[in-house]
Amino acid sequence: MWNYTEKVIEHFRNPRNVGEIKNPDAVGEVGNIICGDALRLTLRIDKKTDKIIDAKFQTFGCASAIASSSALTEMIKGMTIKKASKITNKDIADYLGGLPNEKMHCSVMGMEALERAIDNYRGVPTKKEMVGEEQIVCKCFSVTDKKIIRAIKENNLKTVEEVTNYTKAGGGCGKCKPEIEKLLQEFWGKEATKISRPKKELAGKKSTNLQRIALIQDTIEREIRPQLKADGGDIELVDIDRNKVYVKFLGTCLGCPSTGVTLKNLVESKLKEFVKEDIVVEEVKE
Amino acid sequence: MRVVYVDNNATTMVAPEVFEAMKPFLQGQYGNPSSMHAFGGRIHKNIDSARESVADLLGANDPQEIIFTSCGTESDNTAIMSTLRSYPDKKHIITTKVEHPAVLNLCKYLETAGYRITYLSVDNEGMIDLNELKSSIDEDTALISIMYANNETGVIFPIEEIAEIARARKLILHTDGVQAVGKIPFKLTELPVDLLSISGHKLHAPKGVGALYVRKGTRFTPFLIGGHQEGGRRGGTENIASIVGLGVACRLAKKTIKEERTRIKNLRDRLENTLLQHIPRTRLNGNKKNRLPNTSNIGFEFIEGEAILLMLDEKGIAASSGSACTSGSLSPSHVLRAMGIPFTFVQGSIRFSLSRYNTAGDVDYIVKRLPPIIKRLRGISPYRAS
Repeated sequence: MWNYTEKVIEHFRNPRNVGEIKNPDAVGEVGNIICGDALRLTLRIDKKTDKIIDAKFQTFGCASAIASSSALTEMIKGMTIKKASKITNKDIADYLGGLPNEKMHCSVMGMEALERAIDNYRGVPTKKEMVGEEQIVCKCFSVTDKKIIRAIKENNLKTVEEVTNYTKAGGGCGKCKPEIEKLLQEFWGKEATKISRPKKELAGKKSTNLQRIALIQDTIEREIRPQLKADGGDIELVDIDRNKVYVKFLGTCLGCPSTGVTLKNLVESKLKEFVKEDIVVEEVKE
Repeated sequence: MRVVYVDNNATTMVAPEVFEAMKPFLQGQYGNPSSMHAFGGRIHKNIDSARESVADLLGANDPQEIIFTSCGTESDNTAIMSTLRSYPDKKHIITTKVEHPAVLNLCKYLETAGYRITYLSVDNEGMIDLNELKSSIDEDTALISIMYANNETGVIFPIEEIAEIARARKLILHTDGVQAVGKIPFKLTELPVDLLSISGHKLHAPKGVGALYVRKGTRFTPFLIGGHQEGGRRGGTENIASIVGLGVACRLAKKTIKEERTRIKNLRDRLENTLLQHIPRTRLNGNKKNRLPNTSNIGFEFIEGEAILLMLDEKGIAASSGSACTSGSLSPSHVLRAMGIPFTFVQGSIRFSLSRYNTAGDVDYIVKRLPPIIKRLRGISPYRAS
């Protein structure tokens, strides 16, 4: 059973503004019966003041979809179009005292219906008509890349699971999950470069000290040790200080005249390749 | 508030007789039946007697064909894994698209481990095509696992015919009997399945106990590896109280099944017919004839199941739904989708499942309260019959 707030249950049981305004000044429709939820919002707007005088809804969906629609109509009545256009899905969820994570898409549906209604009032072509520019990522629920990126941005989403909770994308067959992952990476990659200067330097490093150390260890284990071991030698990581990596050679490597060459050629080049270009390797001798 | 519980395919009430029989083993008689001393050892006879009761309800030849487990899922997992381990060269399993997750998700996991799985499709009444089954069998097939009756629609599969096909090809047949046992009579001496799973809490025993029927002569490899319990076929100290409970539940079922089967069917039919007749734009999901007597799955067009359930809940009526919102995922029930139920109905499908504790008054209560709920939600919905 879902952990709904009392306010969600109250709006579900006694939904406000159910129905349809005859000859409305604006209509916003989202969702469809296949998705499992759909909302039709009709508005009466005073054209002199741009104020929403009346709002009514019809919803196909679960308790939180009905409650979100009811909350939305209550919120926007009396608002100017300009103010209403700033309402986000989070505002709707907050109005209801929160929604379960898996149900956040119900608040997104409310926001989208409102946007479409406002576009409709302003005579702007609706998102639905613009779908040509967008790519459908999730075929099961017809979710576009634009919608996913917007949800990522506005709700600070970091995982595929979160994207599914907010947009439904990936919740059907799951085949688009790698694409959602890519959108997340692209978005957060872009975001990281947008951050102001000092942070940019940090971002430029791309990894923390801990990650760098782990990567050095991993490279030695995977790329270097097997080669040395094949020749009866071995290597031990002694210390790491900024870009300097201190290692000790063991086994037949000890006292081998070619150690110097091995050191430069193998270890350093591998670490430069897999970790960072500026790495310098130093041999520690007993 | 009055509670009308019609979600008995999810779980059932523990019968008062079952609870009474369990009590001594939760209090004074806590001994371990494997012990040498009489305080523990004498409890063994209670397990034996429970085993006889389970075998009797199933119409099995020998109580030794019954292994107690912890749940239906363990029974299903044991049956499938035991067969695969007993026939290590065979890498193909045949099952259906509408199995319980205990079978379906295990098969999906086995696919990642190198097994090939055939998921038989079902028609719009939830029935499989035996020709598809026949043509799916090949040299590599280890096992056929097909449920006896579906938990969501109550549809009963033709296990007798499936068993004939399996036998002719010398294949192991497992059937998940969790929903069927206790609701319809069984006679395994005449029904040649090799493995059959049952779950205690679906037939008025407590949760946490199940059983697996393993026909004599069937190759078996334990799933839970441990002590010598259950004849070395399932390790772990026996859940005595629950096993005793399951035994009593099976005795009660055996005693009442003949009358209850008809009585429950009549209640179900009245509930179903009244709803279908009095509420427009409804449909029955599943084959009407080949069905468990207690289950009815009805689709209400243009509205969503979770909303219906919560409004029923407000009236004290406990049912369940195959809608996406209630399944915990975003997709509606895999069973209804496999059947190709129209999208306008699938999200608004409600399952009513009765038990011997339901009364004519319960049916009256539901048929009076459900129609206004459907009307109200349809009043909110943007969809209408065109």
